[in-house]
Amino acid sequence: MENPDTATALQLSDAARERIEALKSRYPTYQSALMPCIWTIQEELGWISPAAVDFLTETLEVTRARVQEVLTFYTMFRTEEPAEYVLEVCQNISCHILGARELIAHLEKRLGIRLGETTPDGKFALHGVECLGACGHGPVIQLGKHFYEYLTTEKADELLENLRKDVVPRADTDRQLEEDS
Amino acid sequence: MSRDGCNILSARFGRADGHLLKTYEAEGGYRALRMVLDGMKADEVIDVVKESGLRGRGGAGFPTGVKWGFVPKDAEQVYFFVNADESEPGTFKDRYLLDYDPHQTIEGTIISCFAVRANLAFIYIRGEFGWLVDRAQKAVDEAYAAGFLGENILGSGYSLDMIVHKGAGAYICGEETGLINSVTGTKGQPSIKPPFPAVAGYLGKPTIVNNVETVAAVPWIMNNGAAAYQATGTEKSAGTKLWSVSGPVRNQGVFEVPLGLPFAEFYRDELGGMIDGEELKACIVGGSSVPVLTADEIMGCTLDYESLQQAGTMLGSGGMILIPKSADMVELIKVLMHFYWDESCGQCTPCREGTGWLHRIVGRLLKGEGVPEDLDLLDKVCNGMAGLTICPLSDAAVMPMQSFLQRFRSEFEARIHETAAPGSPSRWARGE
Ligand SMILES: Cc1cc2nc3c(=O)[nH]c(=O)nc-3n(C[C@H](O)[C@H](O)[C@H](O)COP(=O)(O)O)c2cc1C
Ligand code: SF4
Ligand code: FES
Repeated sequence: MENPDTATALQLSDAARERIEALKSRYPTYQSALMPCIWTIQEELGWISPAAVDFLTETLEVTRARVQEVLTFYTMFRTEEPAEYVLEVCQNISCHILGARELIAHLEKRLGIRLGETTPDGKFALHGVECLGACGHGPVIQLGKHFYEYLTTEKADELLENLRKDVVPRADTDRQLEEDS
Repeated sequence: MSRDGCNILSARFGRADGHLLKTYEAEGGYRALRMVLDGMKADEVIDVVKESGLRGRGGAGFPTGVKWGFVPKDAEQVYFFVNADESEPGTFKDRYLLDYDPHQTIEGTIISCFAVRANLAFIYIRGEFGWLVDRAQKAVDEAYAAGFLGENILGSGYSLDMIVHKGAGAYICGEETGLINSVTGTKGQPSIKPPFPAVAGYLGKPTIVNNVETVAAVPWIMNNGAAAYQATGTEKSAGTKLWSVSGPVRNQGVFEVPLGLPFAEFYRDELGGMIDGEELKACIVGGSSVPVLTADEIMGCTLDYESLQQAGTMLGSGGMILIPKSADMVELIKVLMHFYWDESCGQCTPCREGTGWLHRIVGRLLKGEGVPEDLDLLDKVCNGMAGLTICPLSDAAVMPMQSFLQRFRSEFEARIHETAAPGSPSRWARGE
């Protein structure tokens, strides 16, 4: 049973609620649908709030511990409201060889924050992450669903300039989506 | 060795329309599926794949048909997982397969599922590949609409559902039992084997996990026959392999070549050698978890399972990292030990503590705070980690660590006598 209090506390669109119902019937068990349900909420609201945890617990009939365990085990789930643009820079071996360290130092200087921090206006966060599966395309930054690849300090500056104006430039991985339309 | 026609897997790589069903079908796609469903028996498919010599491309190289044969014949419910978690540093080939040619993987998965009598398949894609999840979902939707998925496929009586499942950032979910546990909606921690997933996996039912590149080869094998596949490559390494190449070479990217190609030829003809001013020092040939080789060693290898094993390393995932003279091996191993420490799921003490130890000791060397005993200590910690844990992640940390130490010991020794200039290496290289 869904608790009406938390159900209203969570500002989730009807489309997302429908998608969650569809996931519940598509997966062999409710609990198996936990990750895609978390994704559905996070993709719409940006993070998993305590109200969202309540909602997941109730709708999937799983324990709160189960939801918390999954939220904290996986690095991509967010339990705090994130910065507007979270820049995730690969610092693993291939990117390191190709200049990731210099790129990170440059971004730290430009943004006035260190790795792991968020700018005081909440606009940018800079995270160091492990291999993104773009090793021959490095150095690389992940921003949401997309990768900016083959980065140089100049290209990184361009990206920051655009994001400051709230223009999200075409990513190297955008290509595919454009072809389809 | 001829590389002509070596496009079993990569025929549509780099093409703007490669991912569309109409392109794939126009080029012979889904013909193998029609043939299989038009009268072949499941066991006959398994036999063809066995005879082809196809080995798993996810890292371990286990013969695919043999693995499929482990599924109990009387199983009522069988599950199939396509492993697209692709998180091994240096590896980015499965991304190309799903990006440029998702239908090849989907067709291969349907045939594989038919062979092991599975009625539900998951394609588990790492969460960082957000755009790729959308692309794969689109292709799966297309396959449903065309009647290649769902109830009673092409009127054969065989039914299969396919779910594209998005991971959320955890290397350990690439390990097959971690992957299965992840899809049950828990932490993606590996389970003790046996039982092997083929006997008791997802929800306790027989489950097959195969890498993307493995299933992607299946349509070609069905179309062209086991003998044709076996004829490519070497006796024990049949077929072709995708190599994801990174480092300061002229041509980085994903290359398909027959197994058994001499590295020196590959390096010269496909990679074009190093960029100007760089020289090859070392090569991690199969993803970050395999032992590193010196330039001289790798130059003497052919790219197949046997030769690489003989040279003291492994083919692994085919994530080939070319390391230049200018790179600092102590810094590189620090980056890798940070990775394994970060990704250890924490269940086994040797792995959880050992990866932390290795990471901290190497960090100490980089800070100029190393003591002479540290090199032996690194070795000793490694010996306490290898072969003692639930899954091979612990060994995966040990193999690069010990091989770096062994082959590039002088670079480690040099660190012991050094004092770091204040503020020289970046923060994370200092272990903060
Ligand atoms: C720590 C760890 C990570 C792994 N990551 C992957 C991966 O990302 N993709 C993959 O296909 N196999 C990965 N594997 C290997 C899988 O456990 C499994 O052997 C493989 O998916 C089986 O498919 P195959 O027989 O087609 O190779 C990993 C293994 C370990 C121990
Ligand atoms: S070896 Fe490491 S990653 Fe594997 S199960 Fe044990 S603790 Fe987890
Ligand atoms: S090492 Fe950076 S993407 Fe793989």
